[in-house]
Amino acid sequence: MKQKRKRIDYGKWGYIFILPFFLSFFIFSFIPLVDTVRYSFYEYYRSGIREIGPTFIGLENYANLLKSDMLRYAGNTMILWIIGFVPQIGIAMLLANWFVDARLKIRGKQFYKVVIYLPNLIMASAFAMLFFTLFSTNGPMNSILTSLGWIKEPIDFMGTAFGTRSLVGVMNFLMWFGNTTIMLMAAIMGINPDIFEAAEIDGCNSRQRFFYITLPMIRPILAYTLITSIIGGLQMFDVPQILTNGQGAPDRTSTTLIMFLNNHLKSKNYGMAGALSVYLFIVSAILCWFVYKMTNNEVKATKQRAKKLAKKA
Amino acid sequence: MSTKAQNRLRLIVAHFVLILLSFMCLFFFYILIINATHSHAELQKGFSALPGSSLFDNLKKVANDGSFPMFRGILNSLLVSGATAAICTYFSALTAYGLYVYDFKLKKIAFTFILAILVMPTQVTSMGFLRLITNMGMYDSLLPLIIPSIASPAVFYFMYSYMQASLPISMVEAARIDGSNEFRTFNTIVLPIMKPAIAVQAIFTFVGSWNNYFIPALVIQSKSKMTVPILIATLRGADYMSFDMGKIYTMILVAIVPIIIVYLFLSKYIIAGVTLGGVKE
Repeated sequence: MKQKRKRIDYGKWGYIFILPFFLSFFIFSFIPLVDTVRYSFYEYYRSGIREIGPTFIGLENYANLLKSDMLRYAGNTMILWIIGFVPQIGIAMLLANWFVDARLKIRGKQFYKVVIYLPNLIMASAFAMLFFTLFSTNGPMNSILTSLGWIKEPIDFMGTAFGTRSLVGVMNFLMWFGNTTIMLMAAIMGINPDIFEAAEIDGCNSRQRFFYITLPMIRPILAYTLITSIIGGLQMFDVPQILTNGQGAPDRTSTTLIMFLNNHLKSKNYGMAGALSVYLFIVSAILCWFVYKMTNNEVKATKQRAKKLAKKA
Repeated sequence: MSTKAQNRLRLIVAHFVLILLSFMCLFFFYILIINATHSHAELQKGFSALPGSSLFDNLKKVANDGSFPMFRGILNSLLVSGATAAICTYFSALTAYGLYVYDFKLKKIAFTFILAILVMPTQVTSMGFLRLITNMGMYDSLLPLIIPSIASPAVFYFMYSYMQASLPISMVEAARIDGSNEFRTFNTIVLPIMKPAIAVQAIFTFVGSWNNYFIPALVIQSKSKMTVPILIATLRGADYMSFDMGKIYTMILVAIVPIIIVYLFLSKYIIAGVTLGGVKE
């Protein structure tokens, strides 16, 4: 009886300790979310210095967005994401497999790891600005290619949709393949070494080992990488924004959804920005649900492992 | 014999690919560093692979440019990122501790809720956020870039995982028996145990905040409060063709150098920290 009472006493400290988190979340995320959803049903924008609205118009903003270029920008976002993600996951898988292969004695492993992770920490906006200057028509890349004799006329990299999209893709690839490599490496190293040993005895070659053991065993983390990368892709902003100065040039072929949102926010069109945010929120919520499922499984597994250990002890 | 030859071939291919990728990662920074040491006139003549001698001239030009207060920006960025890292890691550890050690009615709901918003993009609430801080009188100030980081679900989850692995409840109970109150237990016993986790997350939060562009660009208006990414964006937006190119490269250089220096010293911990707190197996 006495013990029970004590526990209830301590319980209040739990609330006190988590209070700052939830207070901050409530003020800076929840209220803004409600506000955003609310204004998505209103006509509310600024025209010059005049403020129009807020007038309730129901779902008109949502309908207008569907008629606008939103779906096109969603397509752009997806294309830009795919150009970066496909080589990213492919190369990362290859490198991770090499790094953990005991028979493959790669020299300077640590050095390579440090180098390939480096771009992940670089400020995306500075990186984009750097690419903009390097690949401009009279920039160093053109100068190098000309002096090598590979091209005669300078290439206008950012003049074509293909060029701009490729540059964004290359930047995203460079920034993220190191991170993915390290994640996958940890996943492969987490596989029970007995399985590899048994395969070795059975005469498994490296290709078979990769396709029949490694790949199936790391499927959960591959799924996790895919989903978190989609969420990251959905938020793509810094690189295309700086590279094209917010124009999505040429002809808005590299405008992403968040750039679209940014334009509405800058022009203070709260109604449209709200509706667009709600669309993004719904997609993000679905993706969040997948991540939640995976993370929750992980939490449960950790708890079970701890229980087993406790039993053994 | 044939497997041996095969392995040799694989080794050669592996080294070739690794060197190529490392080259791609470093090449652009190499050009950046080289170009930052050349004057505008030298850069106009085309690219040269050897460093020049104008780095200090360029740095002086960057320092004296009133329209792009780069060093003021670095100071602002340091302030915001440092404060964010400190606040975010402390309160995330506090929240994780609250949910890890205590039993209370809403515990499960609170935990589930945080996991559910683990990867929710901040952009979706940015419109309401902008209106809120305007109403609160915090528009064009650095505070709204720092305070919201108290609620960082991902950092919380990392701290929680770390506690599961390395904080036995019995230790907390022992402290209680010795008469330590709950806050003191957290500050003097739990925090030191959490040091490695806090260090790793402080680095990541710092870098994330240093590089953050979307929200600061919406919140900050006056030049004296701009952080580095906003200044870089303004640089891109300005009539850049008429600029001193040596100065532009130097500006980009000073924007990314602090992080590179931090990284070179702490790369071991940073790389080890990447995989912690995510889904394993």
